[in-house]
Amino acid sequence: MVEKDKSGQNRILEAKGMTKRFEGLVAVDSLDFYIPAGAIASIIGPNGAGKTTFFNCITGFYEIDEGEVLFDGAQINGRSPDQIARAGISRTYQNIRLFNNMSAIENIMVGQEPHLRSSWIGAILGLPSTRQEDALTEDRARELLHFVGLEGKGDMLSMNLSYGDQRRLEIGRALASQPKLILLDEPTAGMNPRETIETTDFIRRLRDEIGITIVLIEHDMRVVMDISEHITVLDYGRKIAEGLPADIQTNSDVIEAYLGRGAAAATMEN
Amino acid sequence: MNLLRSQTSKSILVLGALSGAFILFTGAVGMIAAFHEREVVDRFISLGQLLLLIAPFVTGYYAAGKLRALGEDAPVLLGGGMAIGLMTAIPSVILLLFNSDEFRFLLDLTLRLIPFVAASIVAWRMYRAGNETQAVIGIWLLVAVLVGIVSFSFALIFEIKGDLRSVLVNINRDWVEVVTFDNRKDLARGIGTFALISVAAGFAGSILFLMPAVPRRALIYGLGVTVLIGAFGETARLILQENVDRDTLREIFRRDTLRQNAALALFIISTVAGCLWAMFGRQARESFSNINVSQRRSLNIIGLAVFVVFMLALPWLIGRTLSDVAVTIGIFVLMGLGLNIAIGLAGLLDLGYLTNYAVGAYILAVLTSIGPLGLFKGTFSFWMVIPLALLAAMFAGFLFAVPVLRMRGDYLAIATLGFGEIIGKLAISDWLKPIIGGAQGVQAIPKPIFLGAELKNPEQLYYIVLVASLVCLFVSIRLNNSRTGRQWMAIREDEDVATAMGIDTARAKLLAFTLSAATGGVAGAIFAAKVGTVFPNSFTVFVSINVLSLIIVGGIASNPGIVVGAIVLIGMPELLREFSDFRFLLYGALLILMMIKRPQGLIPSKIVTHEVRTGVKPKLVGAE
Repeated sequence: MVEKDKSGQNRILEAKGMTKRFEGLVAVDSLDFYIPAGAIASIIGPNGAGKTTFFNCITGFYEIDEGEVLFDGAQINGRSPDQIARAGISRTYQNIRLFNNMSAIENIMVGQEPHLRSSWIGAILGLPSTRQEDALTEDRARELLHFVGLEGKGDMLSMNLSYGDQRRLEIGRALASQPKLILLDEPTAGMNPRETIETTDFIRRLRDEIGITIVLIEHDMRVVMDISEHITVLDYGRKIAEGLPADIQTNSDVIEAYLGRGAAAATMEN
Repeated sequence: MNLLRSQTSKSILVLGALSGAFILFTGAVGMIAAFHEREVVDRFISLGQLLLLIAPFVTGYYAAGKLRALGEDAPVLLGGGMAIGLMTAIPSVILLLFNSDEFRFLLDLTLRLIPFVAASIVAWRMYRAGNETQAVIGIWLLVAVLVGIVSFSFALIFEIKGDLRSVLVNINRDWVEVVTFDNRKDLARGIGTFALISVAAGFAGSILFLMPAVPRRALIYGLGVTVLIGAFGETARLILQENVDRDTLREIFRRDTLRQNAALALFIISTVAGCLWAMFGRQARESFSNINVSQRRSLNIIGLAVFVVFMLALPWLIGRTLSDVAVTIGIFVLMGLGLNIAIGLAGLLDLGYLTNYAVGAYILAVLTSIGPLGLFKGTFSFWMVIPLALLAAMFAGFLFAVPVLRMRGDYLAIATLGFGEIIGKLAISDWLKPIIGGAQGVQAIPKPIFLGAELKNPEQLYYIVLVASLVCLFVSIRLNNSRTGRQWMAIREDEDVATAMGIDTARAKLLAFTLSAATGGVAGAIFAAKVGTVFPNSFTVFVSINVLSLIIVGGIASNPGIVVGAIVLIGMPELLREFSDFRFLLYGALLILMMIKRPQGLIPSKIVTHEVRTGVKPKLVGAE
């Protein structure tokens, strides 16, 4: 299913010995991992395995206690979330976090923030450069709305969009910063089978058409096995397996983590 | 018993009791007597008496709606209105009786009977619940003794003082005069009049509800206009005085009060106008929304032109006294617009806004004063110092914003509140006394001079406030529709996500605080120039609260709302001097009422309306 393994050549994201503790609880435990550039990678693991914490550590919302995180070869741990966003990482959230009382198009315009230069003084004076940038921002936002399939809904408040549209808008907002790496936290949560297939196709298009590296946290194993080219499995904050979908499916540690020891033994016997 | 327990009678009883409590309360705090000083219609009705009528009238109208919803028909509605009128009068009538010499024994009797009645009720309920006889008797004794001690001490107080006034200072001769409708000597007649009028008002309220829509709306409009102009008779006269000759004025007003004929004419005219609007208003609005775009644009331009001319001509239309009030309102509009940048646009609940106001005022005072504390004795003019005041306030805003940048919601509010208090204390401190004069403040601040003319009248100062407000309005509209405005909105909605989008939230918040502070500084400087002296008394936490309240009452993030809020909260108390004692009581009542009935404000912005209607938690003041 996976044509080629890109690992080892070009690592867009890499962590060495990444550790995050919450008052004694080790949420992420000296984790070593990498994401190959241009891949669709997945992070899986049982509930509470530390997947979302992992995202928060990479995007700078949590300061990691030990280790380092490299993005595009440069160290990013210790930088603030907005600096990391400007470096080219954007994300979506498990429970959708749009700017509820802003219109869909405004949400996407805020997403373009890392590329905007105009100042508040320019806005007050109505400088031509500022107006030009505003117009351009709006045009780009409309293009993105079209790309995520929300054309004509730009003026609706984002809270009034349907659930599926909100998920798409959130991805659109994350794309607006033209990131090199996008982190999707359970993009198909709460979707029916048809919507799930649409979303997986959409994620594939993202990589194929725009060439963004994608990391997803996902619970739906069909989705994970279907689109991932690289899978990292976490349990209790530790990495227990890494590799191709085919390897992960037969890995005894993974089966044990998901189903318990007895089940793992039974599967191995078969 | 069944009748008493039905929904219908319960509603009537509850509403009647509320209405009665309202009358009793306003009387006990002295509002009725104070408002009696102002006549609404000459030798016909005073504001205090109006207060007595409004409660049963409005409650009667409201109750009729409630009873109709319960499925009752017209006779019950009318009866309900009358019952409410009667119940409204009862608590005050009881108080009247207690207060009169003839019936004082009633008070004594009641106070002595209360323990036995209370104990008997408790015992009866226990007996019905199946308790042992001995226990019931024991409880009866216990309650009777306990309540008896309280009641006996009350009786003792009244007997010693011989008057209710020792406890309720405002239940005095003036109050009796109003409540009995000038029949203080003949109590029976007074009580009868009061009860009859109250019943009639309740009845009128329910009749109004039963009317068909057109006359009902026309009457509400007519009554509303007449009462409003009558209550603000002094204001109305001051406006007319500028535009009408003396004889006509005398026909309409006796001193500051509307004459009866004029009031009647006003009522008829406004009712007819209301009637026309009720019949054809919808049609007019529909035809307006049907006209094409270019026509509407030209209509909008005409509307704007009329508005601009009106704003420019305002001081000459309303005269000196009211221009003075307009300048005060304008200063608060300016502050409202400024604070709205922080609260409405960026969602930063800043309760220390008076800091900027004080900094602006003191900077102008110290730099321009020709008194002993003036640093330059008139070398600097108002116009040179205004930019300095603006910059100083910006700097102060910046300084105070830095430590609170990491705080959110409630925590931010408390921290800024603390800063405001610090500024208040600094202004009055001995430490700064050599510079800003401590409690004496800075005096002899010259008026601004424009093209050689001293702008000493409020009519002239008005234009400074107008220009400053328009500039601030322009800036906040421009910013709201810009990248910066979107950054602020994003921070208001979800600060974490805003950061994850690459927004430097610290910078954006600093900008919001600083710009908001700049406006406050200009407002303070204009205030200092208007008053001519600057005292620490002017810089209490109530400035911050006033500005916040006017934003909330007008509608958060709504620019027209700020103007309306300032007129209601700042202008009305200035115009109705009788209000002044009860200013904060009415503020509180108004804010509670607004939060229950119209949380989005009088003229809401689109976004906030939406939040309120859909029940999504407004994030403007909530902590994360």
